[in-house]
Amino acid sequence: MRLDQLAAVLAFGLCILSAPASANPVEDRSIRPFKVSVPQAPLDDLRSRIARTRWPDRETVDDQSQGIQLAKIRPLVEYWGTAYDWRTAEAKLNSLPQFMTTIDGVDIYFIHVRSKHPHALPLIMTHGWPGSVLELLKTVGPLTDPTAHGGSPEDAFDLVLPSLPGFGFSGKPTDTGWDTDRIARAWAELMKRLGYTEYVAQGGDWGSPVSNAMGRLAPAGLLGIHVNLPAVVPPEIAAVLAAGGPAPARLMDKERAAFDALSMAAKMGNRSYATMMGTRPQTIGYAINDSPAGLAAWMLGHPGFSGWTYDKSDPEKSPDEVLDDITLYWLTNTATSSGRIYWEYGGGRSPVFADPEKTNEISVPVAITVFPGEGYQAPETWARRAYPNLIYFHEVDKGGHFAAWEQPELFSAELRAAFRPLRQTK
Amino acid sequence: MDTTRTSEAIDQDRRRLLGTAAAGIAAAGAASLLPSQLAAASTSDAIRPFTVSFPKEEINELRRRIAATRWPERELVSDEASRRIWSTPATVGPTQGVQLATMQKLMQYWGTDYDWSKCEAQLKALPNFVTEIDGLDIHFIHVKSKHQGALPVIITHGWPGSVIELLKIIDPFTNPAAHGGTEAEAFDVVIPSMPGYGFSGKPTETGWDPGRIARAWIVLMKRLGYDRYVAQGGDWGALITEQMALIAPPQLVAIHTNMPGTIPPEIVKALASGGPPPADLGPDEKRAYQQVAFFYKNGLGYANEMALRPQTLYGIVDSPAGLAAWILDHDADSYALIARSFDGEPEGLTRDDILDNITFYWLTNTAISSARLYWEHTQTAKAGFFDAKGITIPVGATANPSEIYTAPKSWTERAFPKLLHYGRTDKGCHFAAWEQPKSFTEEVRATFKTLQT
Repeated sequence: MRLDQLAAVLAFGLCILSAPASANPVEDRSIRPFKVSVPQAPLDDLRSRIARTRWPDRETVDDQSQGIQLAKIRPLVEYWGTAYDWRTAEAKLNSLPQFMTTIDGVDIYFIHVRSKHPHALPLIMTHGWPGSVLELLKTVGPLTDPTAHGGSPEDAFDLVLPSLPGFGFSGKPTDTGWDTDRIARAWAELMKRLGYTEYVAQGGDWGSPVSNAMGRLAPAGLLGIHVNLPAVVPPEIAAVLAAGGPAPARLMDKERAAFDALSMAAKMGNRSYATMMGTRPQTIGYAINDSPAGLAAWMLGHPGFSGWTYDKSDPEKSPDEVLDDITLYWLTNTATSSGRIYWEYGGGRSPVFADPEKTNEISVPVAITVFPGEGYQAPETWARRAYPNLIYFHEVDKGGHFAAWEQPELFSAELRAAFRPLRQTK
Repeated sequence: MDTTRTSEAIDQDRRRLLGTAAAGIAAAGAASLLPSQLAAASTSDAIRPFTVSFPKEEINELRRRIAATRWPERELVSDEASRRIWSTPATVGPTQGVQLATMQKLMQYWGTDYDWSKCEAQLKALPNFVTEIDGLDIHFIHVKSKHQGALPVIITHGWPGSVIELLKIIDPFTNPAAHGGTEAEAFDVVIPSMPGYGFSGKPTETGWDPGRIARAWIVLMKRLGYDRYVAQGGDWGALITEQMALIAPPQLVAIHTNMPGTIPPEIVKALASGGPPPADLGPDEKRAYQQVAFFYKNGLGYANEMALRPQTLYGIVDSPAGLAAWILDHDADSYALIARSFDGEPEGLTRDDILDNITFYWLTNTAISSARLYWEHTQTAKAGFFDAKGITIPVGATANPSEIYTAPKSWTERAFPKLLHYGRTDKGCHFAAWEQPKSFTEEVRATFKTLQT
């Protein structure tokens, strides 16, 4: 099913009411309310596919070095096909105000939660791959309703959580060119359309390059950005990493640790999924669009999940949350379209390298939080070099690649602290 | 049979006897001729006839899955350039991978008119055997020529190939007189399935790298009683054949490869740096350099994934469309060749050729077990796929124009000091024996003719 057909089913017909007249060359700028309502048939089909999963033999090693282990994925997929209930996730989404608006020819889905507090700071927060708006939902309470979460009214944000083009309920681009710059322009347009004249932006994973791009673009009203996957690796270090060379001499301890982590990740092949989607997103797409187990394994292959157990032992990383995210990809049939963001970015680049991210062109204030479980811990020395206008740099003691998902309270506290000075300039 | 002889002598007899199982002697019957204790002690060396057979339900289930395929939307680029073959890499335009239109034509045919039973019958008609080597069942096809003095050759397939890519050359090799050759050009042909591939066992432990496979092949040829033979291969088959040549057992008199590793050390270094071709390269060398650089930059995604995370590819085991796309996207020229077949302009490979091979992977559920060879290679490899590896025994090499790289004569002469033959063909991609069996046969004959009596 094409997304536009699915969306038509999902949106209670609202899309039809707001469809632009075909003769009108001006883009429909309306903001349409949106509800998620997945028909039962695709859910039944998903379960029936899972029940018929054809498995390979088990890996020939006793660790994750050949990929997702059979004994780890199989119980998760079997749970997915039996006790797991998508309707809980659907209800969670529908408890929030959701909207659709067409920007640059693509329908953009977003959650928009206004704080009850006056002078709340508008914040547009961007998810990554294999994430979605679902990885950000736990921050909605702390960020928009701080007084209920140990904060003060002055910490309040109005929150905008869009789905990237080709992800979730957003439309799928039918032309090339939807790189992070174009997404940044779309986000600036979205904030403008919502009437925000002063706002900040935040992102992890792909949300970081998107936020960097917004920083470079510096649209009117953008007061600053916060990223938790910052692009700080200096060009001379990037060159050594690309060549697979040994650590340069005279690195400081934290620089050396960051170098070692990135070097090890490259040697361990942690980015093979990115290479594949960066060069042939369509080829892998056929398998992961057609096989639920294939999709689950491909998504969980992201190193951000490597420490996750997906069992009930860790409530912060419950199987239901992981499966909500995977089910969203499945139901929206976005396994292939989401992979294209890697292709658009281009092979051979890494979003943690400062040069390709042109961080020196970012003049707006930049804030960084370093989470200990992230793929690498950005050293402050590199961060200061990469981002000339760095206003906040903080290392915290908990949380990994999916910081907002794993440590929502801590993550929210970081955003409050990071953006506080920007509120004071008002 | 004289049971007073040494067990060693009996074992040799038994092997000879079992080696003729193609003529209709069942392994069980042969074993029963031996004293029971000796038979028990050496069961693992037995060569057992193997009958090809697939349950009909498996075919029905495959068709059901094909009909239920859930498609992605089409790619965002036209891929016009990817239809060109026999071209230089520079003309290959942007691609996002296997095109939806090609996949839909393939799946439409696979799920309806395509008839696996023809391929199954073809496999069944051949003398198939299994023997345990180094703890693993190895399947092989063994066709002896009717001609006395035929030269034994062990031919190794690659990924995403299988014994199916080698079926067209069996008759030209074993029965040359019917295929423009002479009796003196006859071969006895041994075509094994690599561990984790086809009907061979799937390793349950690590360590089955190309070197170990090469050692197993040497055992296999010895077990078949061959004391003077040659070896041939393309893709992984080329690497395994090169490994055999590096081990250089005295019985292996020469090899032929259609994907020779010839890149000299200084060029390996230049390629690793990602720079432009060195200024002093001749035209053939420069083209080869560009081909390899292109492949390293744009074409290694699938190999990377299989080398680093083969197990994560659950989708290609569960989805026929996923498997087909994964197999089609091997290298740009092969893909162009295959895509043309589904556009009605076949060149070299027919739709049935392509689907026979994919169906074979599907029915044997070997998509991931086969991929592990990339992982194994990464653990132990001392040189890149296309690098010169220091082979000193006699070698014949064929450079096809649309191979991943066309090995220049200069590099080939340097890589193989005892070069028996260097051949350039007019056309041919990566799967030479499959696409161009005629020129492939001529190239192999040209290589080994001085060794045949």
